Amino acid sequence: MRSPSSFNHHLGRRKILGSIALVVFMSSVVVGILGLVVLLAQVLFQGLEWLSPELIFNFPSRHPEQAGLKAAIFGTLWLMGLTAAFTVPVGVGAAIYLEEYATENWLTRLIEVNIANLAGVPSIVYGLLGLALFVQLLSLGRSVLAGALTMSLLVLPIVILASREAIKAVPETYRQAAFALGATKWEVVRSVVLPSAYPGVLTGIILAMSRAIGETAPVIAISALVYLTFVPQNPLDRFTVLPIQIFNWIARPQEDFRGLAAGGIIVLLIVLLSMNALAVFLRNRYQKQSVE
Amino acid sequence: MLRSEFHADLQKLQDDLLNLGSMVEKATIKAIDALKTRDLPLSRQVIEEDDVIDDIRYEIEARCEDLIAKQQPLATDLRLIIAIMHIVGELERMGDYAEGVAKISLAMGDEAPLKPLIDIPRMAQKASLMTRQSLDALVERDVDLAITVAESDDEVDALYDQIFRELVTFMIEDPRTIQRATYLLWVAHDLERIADRATNIAERVVYLVTGELSKLKEIFP
Amino acid sequence: MTETRKGLGSTTVPKLSVKEHAAPGESPTVITVNKLDVHYGTFCAVRGVSMKIKENRVTAFIGPSGCGKSTVLRCFNRMNVLIPGARVTGEINFFGQDLYAAEVDPTEMRSRVGMVFQKPNPFPKSIYDNVAFGLKVNGYTGNYPDAVERSLKRAALWGEVKDRLKENALQLSGGQQQRLCIARALAPEPEVLLMDEPASALDPISTLAIEQLINDLCTDVSIIIVTHNMQQAARVSHETAFFMVDDDRAGYLVEFDDTSNIFTNPNDERTEAYITGRFS
Repeated sequence: MRSPSSFNHHLGRRKILGSIALVVFMSSVVVGILGLVVLLAQVLFQGLEWLSPELIFNFPSRHPEQAGLKAAIFGTLWLMGLTAAFTVPVGVGAAIYLEEYATENWLTRLIEVNIANLAGVPSIVYGLLGLALFVQLLSLGRSVLAGALTMSLLVLPIVILASREAIKAVPETYRQAAFALGATKWEVVRSVVLPSAYPGVLTGIILAMSRAIGETAPVIAISALVYLTFVPQNPLDRFTVLPIQIFNWIARPQEDFRGLAAGGIIVLLIVLLSMNALAVFLRNRYQKQSVE
Repeated sequence: MLRSEFHADLQKLQDDLLNLGSMVEKATIKAIDALKTRDLPLSRQVIEEDDVIDDIRYEIEARCEDLIAKQQPLATDLRLIIAIMHIVGELERMGDYAEGVAKISLAMGDEAPLKPLIDIPRMAQKASLMTRQSLDALVERDVDLAITVAESDDEVDALYDQIFRELVTFMIEDPRTIQRATYLLWVAHDLERIADRATNIAERVVYLVTGELSKLKEIFP
Repeated sequence: MTETRKGLGSTTVPKLSVKEHAAPGESPTVITVNKLDVHYGTFCAVRGVSMKIKENRVTAFIGPSGCGKSTVLRCFNRMNVLIPGARVTGEINFFGQDLYAAEVDPTEMRSRVGMVFQKPNPFPKSIYDNVAFGLKVNGYTGNYPDAVERSLKRAALWGEVKDRLKENALQLSGGQQQRLCIARALAPEPEVLLMDEPASALDPISTLAIEQLINDLCTDVSIIIVTHNMQQAARVSHETAFFMVDDDRAGYLVEFDDTSNIFTNPNDERTEAYITGRFS
């Protein structure tokens, strides 16, 4: 028989602690959202009046009313496109190799550790690396190709890590079932592992592109130009990107250019959100089919 | 259907039990007929065929054991297998009694029976009928029919008492008839036991249907 | 006399006719195991197993946890070798041919020895694509929809899914998913089906449905089933192998006999102890 005196429930105190924890967590959410909301509000307030077709389709100019982001927008698109073209196959391929094919030994462990470290390297270092390797050594010049290759190096660790996690998350039992049916290793990877890992891999690519679109330091190092009145016609052309253009406008003394910069930020956010929305849409379409 | 093989096996077991029952019924009838008509070859046949009855009894028991071990029957299936195991034992003993009657017939040899056989064949007919009815009750899961069997046992017991008194009277009046009277007494006794066993079978049928095992007279006074 | 199997392209495992080797009245042998040892690195998982698995019969492996029954099962389709450090010694013959011979390709051989796993693991694809997977990788040359229908019928699932073949397999219930996995394993028309505790993750009715399925399938597939559930082994198998683990945690075969004998009158007292639960 249980003696009532052997337990001291302290219910009052425990419940208060629970409530305090709840309040703390809620506050964290509020603070985070509040900061974001304030930021967006300020940007919108300043930049909304400057949103116009001219902003999108004009080249930069000394006159605020005529200044536009055309070069920057195209440059950003070119950069993102080329970066994706390099990062996705190399990153996903590396992840597949490391997860599915490589045997566990000191070499693979070394590679794993270094990939994780590379993700933390400041982006300006990549910029200098790209300058030395792509612009000068490989004589690619200050081209969007060199920029894309540099950005690839920057975001590759993100893609590799996310893809590896996604591939690791595919239940081993799917692979076993496929092998037991008489599939080769490649068939198992292609028809069972990759389709399941697709949402995770896509998430990794989204993260990588989102980072790439905003990283200004390496692009400044490569491109060095902030005032461009043409769009890239081929990978070896010079280029500029949205963050640089925005930065350029902010640095001008005229008040109007601040507004323009805010408008540019809005455009940048729209591009970013569209990219994310597209990727989330693609991911959701696949995830509906993979609901466990 | 789920567990179709198990249920088929169970059905086959019951069917084979019924076959055994009809073998026992026929043995009883043949033994008494042989006694009445002094047909010694027929008596010998009954004695031989009892070996077959014994073998089938062991075979059915082994199959019951096998089904219990392999299929873990529950509820009605379990009671059915348990009932079959008991009934097969009862039938085998009933076969032995029929064999006993046949042996007595052989022992009597060329001697005529002590008196015209009227009550003994009546007992035999009743006992046979009870055997058949108890097995019909099993097939139909018919509790009422089982009760009829129990009631018939009273009639058989009454007949046995009557024959007993009659034969004892014979023996008292004329001691030279003791041997022949005793033979007939044994036959009557064997028949009375057959009827008792048929009643046991009927009790098992009630157990199968209701789950209660008891003397039928206690459940349905 | 040898005949090559038709239907799934050329094969490297000739099918030997075994009728002249089997004793009259006895079921022919499909798999022969001789002194099988399995090591993972330096650890011996299974030691000295020898047995003959009969064709078109259900053979059950029972025994306490860790006794190596799943390990032995996975030797029959060379899935053990996917585990790094696994080493298989001894002989396993499939229709007289050494399964581990150099010229036998494990990928091709796995189309002849199928496997069903403990937790239902259909691919996150449509029901149709699940069943067709085995046909595709093995280069099936016949009509796909017919073959898919055939497999689903054999697995007693066709009636429930025939109008929704394009639906995702994960929408099915647990019992249905497992039957789908059985249909998937049957699509390449294997001669042997290995089942590793196929019903242990299912509810009782689904379990009985799987057992009924095993009963119906064994007329043209030899089935080997590993099960924790002794009663299931008793219900479903013709022959039972009882494994145990020794002090070095190596598994070994104690007794292999007709299921009736194992469960009513086993030869070995260890078998009796395990079956009656007097097992410490």
